Amino acid sequence: MEELQLKNLYDNFRDGDTIKAFAKIIAEDAKKLQKPINIMEVCGGHTHTIMKFGLPQLLPKNVNFIHGPGCPVCIMPKERIDHAYVLSMQENVILVTLGDMIKVPGSNGSLQDARAKGADVRFVYSPMECIKIAQDNSDKTVIFFAIGFETTTPMTAVLVEQVIKSKISNILFHINHVTVPEVMVELIDSRDVHVDSYNNEIDAFLGPSHVSVIAGSKIYDKFPKDYGRPVVVTGFEPVDAMEGISMIVKQFVEKRCELEVQYKRVVNHDGNLKAQDLINTYFEKMSLFRWRGLGNVPDSGLKLKDEYEKYDAEKIYKSVLPIAEIEDHKLCICGDILRGMAKPQECTIFGTACKPTTPIGSCMVSSEGACAAYYKYGNLI
Amino acid sequence: MTKTITIAHGNGGEENNELIKKVFYKHFENDILSKSEDAAVIENGKLAFTTDSFTVSPLFFPGGDIGKLAVCGTCNDLAMMGAKPKYMTCSVIIEEGFPTRDLEKIVKSMKKELEINGAIVVSGDTKVVPRGSVDKLFINTTGIGEIEYKGISASHLKDGMSIFVSRDVGTHGATIFAAREGIELESKLQTDCASLYPEVKKLIDSGIEIIALRDATRGGVSAVLNEWAKSSDVCIEVVEESIPVQEEVRGICEMLGFEAVDLANEGTYVLCVPKKDEAKALEVLQETHKTSTLIATVSEQYKGRVLLNSSWGTKRFLDLPTGELLPRIC
Repeated sequence: MEELQLKNLYDNFRDGDTIKAFAKIIAEDAKKLQKPINIMEVCGGHTHTIMKFGLPQLLPKNVNFIHGPGCPVCIMPKERIDHAYVLSMQENVILVTLGDMIKVPGSNGSLQDARAKGADVRFVYSPMECIKIAQDNSDKTVIFFAIGFETTTPMTAVLVEQVIKSKISNILFHINHVTVPEVMVELIDSRDVHVDSYNNEIDAFLGPSHVSVIAGSKIYDKFPKDYGRPVVVTGFEPVDAMEGISMIVKQFVEKRCELEVQYKRVVNHDGNLKAQDLINTYFEKMSLFRWRGLGNVPDSGLKLKDEYEKYDAEKIYKSVLPIAEIEDHKLCICGDILRGMAKPQECTIFGTACKPTTPIGSCMVSSEGACAAYYKYGNLI
Repeated sequence: MTKTITIAHGNGGEENNELIKKVFYKHFENDILSKSEDAAVIENGKLAFTTDSFTVSPLFFPGGDIGKLAVCGTCNDLAMMGAKPKYMTCSVIIEEGFPTRDLEKIVKSMKKELEINGAIVVSGDTKVVPRGSVDKLFINTTGIGEIEYKGISASHLKDGMSIFVSRDVGTHGATIFAAREGIELESKLQTDCASLYPEVKKLIDSGIEIIALRDATRGGVSAVLNEWAKSSDVCIEVVEESIPVQEEVRGICEMLGFEAVDLANEGTYVLCVPKKDEAKALEVLQETHKTSTLIATVSEQYKGRVLLNSSWGTKRFLDLPTGELLPRIC
């Protein structure tokens, strides 16, 4: 049998002709739309695909994107970034986290700055690498600063399980896992503090496929049913994204409002039940999690269950961790941008005080945020 | 400028440029330095002069080691100014406890590479520091070369000119990532680390007009194209699909969320020639590497920027890589 190569998994999904063919279908269907539609891609991964492959340039003027809050580092409020910073500065602590988290500035600086000041900060590709770090540094405490949506939560859960089963005594957790559907409800349903209204301009959602690989498409059942917003669970390659968009446009043209799955090659309704079990074994919902740019969102965050509190760095280091909430700059309009009520250029500090190298609001923090993308691609969007 | 230096300040991208400008250029400023070419051109255009330090980890990697890198890196900077590498210095900072056998292996591989360039080490220095003061071994080399082809510069690009890469891109960066601890990747990938003087000699001997030449080290091909676009105040339009990338490199990039054009190379260069020499240049380049190809042309559409054109008709800017090279997490 021929070996399965990585390129088989993405090659055809980047085919120029297929992308153009979808662009044509969307353009034809969009002529029949009665009013322009705004599609929110919830996930930063989709924002990345849309920008990297220049998809807005292929779409008709009446099909727009609203870039959603789905980037785990962007949504982290400053006080939690400060937690990471403070933890990394504790004696005999190795702070371990994933990717971009290392760059985000808190009120004292970023983890990169902490490292420059002598803190032992490491980034890993898989949380399981913490075990080796803990073994190699048995006189130190390894704190895994866990971030991410449904996609990375099972990996943290596996690490928690291993730490408990193998009785590893020097790994602790600072949990910042958040969930997608709750923040979608918040975007539709909540009061925008800046403009004091319940308005939003979101007509439909592009659901991230990898979240549904874990959680199933079932997490979106309520959006067409209770909120009148179609959802199409969509893959991350450009052909996937274009097909997902065309499915949404078709729903509007045919006056349907449904949950559909574009990424049928992996996603089913129930998702990965084993991963869900694992998450439910160790984690429970926090009543509130504060999202940068959006404020408190009910039931959107996870924490370690009380019975595992001896592994919870947030509890063990409670006395040194700052608790005061830190608001972003008053002029920052990330909340409005995330609701589709404003575009990045409408912000008075966009590109001046707020830039990718010195981000002030959440949407500028990572390359997956709306403001960062507008800053980078400028007049090409 | 931030209060403390971070890893990002050594990335070969935006932060790195800021550090150089705001600290070093500020105090060292002179006409030769501010040209910011791969190597300084001195003595009325007769000599090229450059220095580089090597801190790669791991010290040994598929297809090379820090010694080979230390000679290639400096000699290549000379070759990129059209110079033949002649004399080198070699300074080594060694951590206490370092195995002598490994040191000898590294020095042997330096010698082998020096022979390829026809250069010799004429002065050196050794320091041993207490455990923990450096990570095993750092090497600095400085080189002098005799300029054989004059006038190569990052600021001479003009509308209509053609830009090539000498081979597939990103292999060194991808090899190092795959070899690093913590990433358990099985790969047959080898670094592209190689001395480029013999290839440059071929280009010179072929009689083509060389406008600009630069090896795509830290910051990769992106950094070279961006520096050229800025220095010459032109737009460089890249046909995205034409950039040659090995399948394995592409795979590593996909997994870790990198772009092959941002990854470091140690034996890959970018060449700009006038349109009239396009065919001849390709012929000469492909004699050494079949994967060498035309990737871009110079235009005036967005001055100072690098534009990527996709096969489905969209455009985006290719920027200097910023920050620390980190994998995307979602």
